[in-house]
Formats: sequence, structure tokens, C-alpha cells
Amino acid sequence: MSFEVDVTKRLEEVEIAVSFASDAGVTALFGPSGSGKSSILNMIAGLLTPDRGRIALGGEILFDAKVNLPPEARHAGYVFQDGRLFPHLKVRANLLYGAGRGEAAMTLKEVVDLLGLGTLLNRWPRTLSGGEAQRVAIGRALLSNPRFLLLDEPLASLDRARADEIMTMIERVRDALKLPILYVSHNRAEVDRLAGQVVPVHR
Amino acid sequence: MTLTPDDLEVIRLSLKVAIVGVVLTLPVAFALAYVLARGRFPGRILLDAIVHLPLVLPPVVTGWILLILFGRSGPIGGWLDRAFGVTLMFRWTGAALAAAVMALPLMVRAIRLSIEAVDRRLEGAARSLGASRWRAFRTITLPLSLPGVWAGLVLGFARSLGEFGATISFVSNIPGQTRTLPIAIYTALQLPEGEGAVVRLALVSVVLSLGALIVSEWLVRRQSGRAHVL
Repeated sequence: MSFEVDVTKRLEEVEIAVSFASDAGVTALFGPSGSGKSSILNMIAGLLTPDRGRIALGGEILFDAKVNLPPEARHAGYVFQDGRLFPHLKVRANLLYGAGRGEAAMTLKEVVDLLGLGTLLNRWPRTLSGGEAQRVAIGRALLSNPRFLLLDEPLASLDRARADEIMTMIERVRDALKLPILYVSHNRAEVDRLAGQVVPVHR
Repeated sequence: MTLTPDDLEVIRLSLKVAIVGVVLTLPVAFALAYVLARGRFPGRILLDAIVHLPLVLPPVVTGWILLILFGRSGPIGGWLDRAFGVTLMFRWTGAALAAAVMALPLMVRAIRLSIEAVDRRLEGAARSLGASRWRAFRTITLPLSLPGVWAGLVLGFARSLGEFGATISFVSNIPGQTRTLPIAIYTALQLPEGEGAVVRLALVSVVLSLGALIVSEWLVRRQSGRAHVL
């Protein structure tokens, strides 16, 4: 499944203009902080409306001059930089929040095994470490039966060892699911290790 | 100290007026709080000001405005009378309306604060996981703003229980219909032999208000416990 993105958006001080096409595997959006990388993911997820442009996935238009699918119709698996787990739901309920749309590609058990979440299921998000929360966030995105993954600096708040562990998880997901993955980062080493294609994003 | 049948009638009436007033106000207060917290539309400041009006107006003036609007010849009261045969004047329902109007700003404030405290990015996360706008509201925004709802309910209940000025000018002082706790205390104060009743009803007021505070504290703790403890 291929991705075509060509959008512009003016946000106060920053003019975001990005254009790229990608295939399955990891495409990295690489650039300095404040260059609007997260905003690009938000536009693709439907959480931010571009000023103009076109976003298509495998030929289906998610956004253009006439179409603007709501976020829930886009089937993104969005992993936010800060995890963004729901604080009033335990890990299990967080994981299952998006489950049940369409035929599930992965079961809860598979995701729990893949990401090592077995001991976390009955915990509150508040009690998780940064790496644990990030793994739950990835699991939650996978269980929502996504057509593509959006990963927004998923390693930013982690120390080296944790970051390495999560990167291994992402590689596993990449090789197991064959979904297009857009990976936002300002870290050259991460990008070199994970991505098949790099899209530079300038300020 | 024992409560007389008259005291019990006053207490029952006060509880009924306060509970009905607050329960009927809650959905209105939540809707207003949501619109004021999230909406960006012309006239928002005016709406905000109108909602807060009963908080800053002398209650007697609020009662008088209710009298003009809901009296039998008033625009709303006349319509209620013609269309449904409903009269609020000099009835406990009118007292409940006065209590509701006076409680509204306090409830809106409490609920609005907790809606504003909900991280909107969590709603975005819910939407990206496939939740409709309504499901995101129901499963994320609403439960996360419940502490404010509890606080608003208790504030509104306490305010309704203490309502005096608007009630007495709108629906007067009628035993069994509109003579709520504060009005009964005021009435007893006017009577040479009323001191006993004043003491009894004042104590009841203290107990009810304290009870409301303690229940709300318990509810909020239980609620936030669900979210944070462990």
C-alpha cells in the first residue's frame, strides 16, 4: 500500500510544505524540532486540516479539495510522542479502546506477547515508566486495526537502553505487519537504522 | 431535642426543592459549561455573563425577574398555563425553579473548570483510534470531567438549600409549598416563641450542608482514586 502526501499548512510562525510518496516499510520524516513534523502526522491522521493539498493511501483519498475524512474513518495507528494513554482507563482498557473496528490483524494476546505487556495489563497509566507507556501506546495503535502507522518521536523521552528496546519492537512490527509506517524523528541514528526512505523536513 | 411535624415538613420540602432543582439544572449546566469551555462563537461573552447574572444580581431581583417571566400573565408562565395548565406561582415547583436558577452559575463554573482541564489531545487520540466525536465525548471527556460534575452538584445543592431571596420574592412564603429551611427560619425569627424552631432548623441546615460536603469529598476521592491511585 502506498502513501501520497502533498500538503501545505500555515501555522503562526511556520509554513509547512511537504510532498512525498512512500511504500510499505518505514518512511522517516527527518528534521529539526519546530519544523512541523508532528503537524504533518496530525494532518495525515485527520486531527489537523491542511490549508490545501492531497493525502491518499493506496489510491483512496483521505484529504483533498473536496474530501476530508474524519480521523475515525482514516484508520491510522497513531503513536504520540507522549504516549497519550487515557488516564482513567487501565492498560488493558487502553489497549482495547480502538479494538473492534474491522477484522483484527492482531489479537490482544499477540500484541501483548510482541511488546511484552503481560505484567502491565492491570496497571494504571500513571504508574508506568516512560518506556512501558510507550509500549502500551504502540500496542493500542496496533490493536486498532490500522492501515498505516504514524510514530511521532516514540523514543524522545526514553534513555538509551529503553530507546533501543522500543526500536527493536518497531522493527518487529515493521517486519511482522508490512504496514506503511511514517516515523518522525530528529535523530539521525534512529532514522538510519529504521527507515527505508527519508523525507527531509525543513524549517 | 426533637423535630416537630412542622420541622419535618420544612426539611422534606427543602430537600425536595433542592434535589429537583439541582437534578433538572445539571444537564443544562453541563451543556452550558461545555459550550463555554469549548465553543468559539460570537456572543460567547454575553452568554457567559447571562449565566453568571444570578450570582451577581441581588437574589430578590432574580426572584422578581422570575415573577415577571413565569407569573401567570408573564410570557413563559402564561404559555405554560395555557399549553399545559402548569402554574409555578406559589408552588414548590416554582421554588425549585428559583433554586435551579440560583444554582446554575455555580454548577456551570465547577463543571466548566473540569472540562477545560481535560486534555483535548486525548480526544484526538480517541478519534484516531476510531472513536466518533460522540464516543470520544462519552468515553473520554465526560468521565474525565466527572469530578467537576460532583463538585457542581454539591455546590448547587448547598446553594439551593440556602436559597432565600429569589424564592421569597418569586413564590412567597407558603407553608408546605414554598416555606423552605431559610424561609422557615426567617419566619420563626419574627415570632416571639420561635426561638426553639430557629435553633432546630439551623442545626438541621448545618448537618445537611456538612453531609453534602462530606459526600462530595468522598465521591471525588473515589473518582480520582479510580484514575490515579495504585
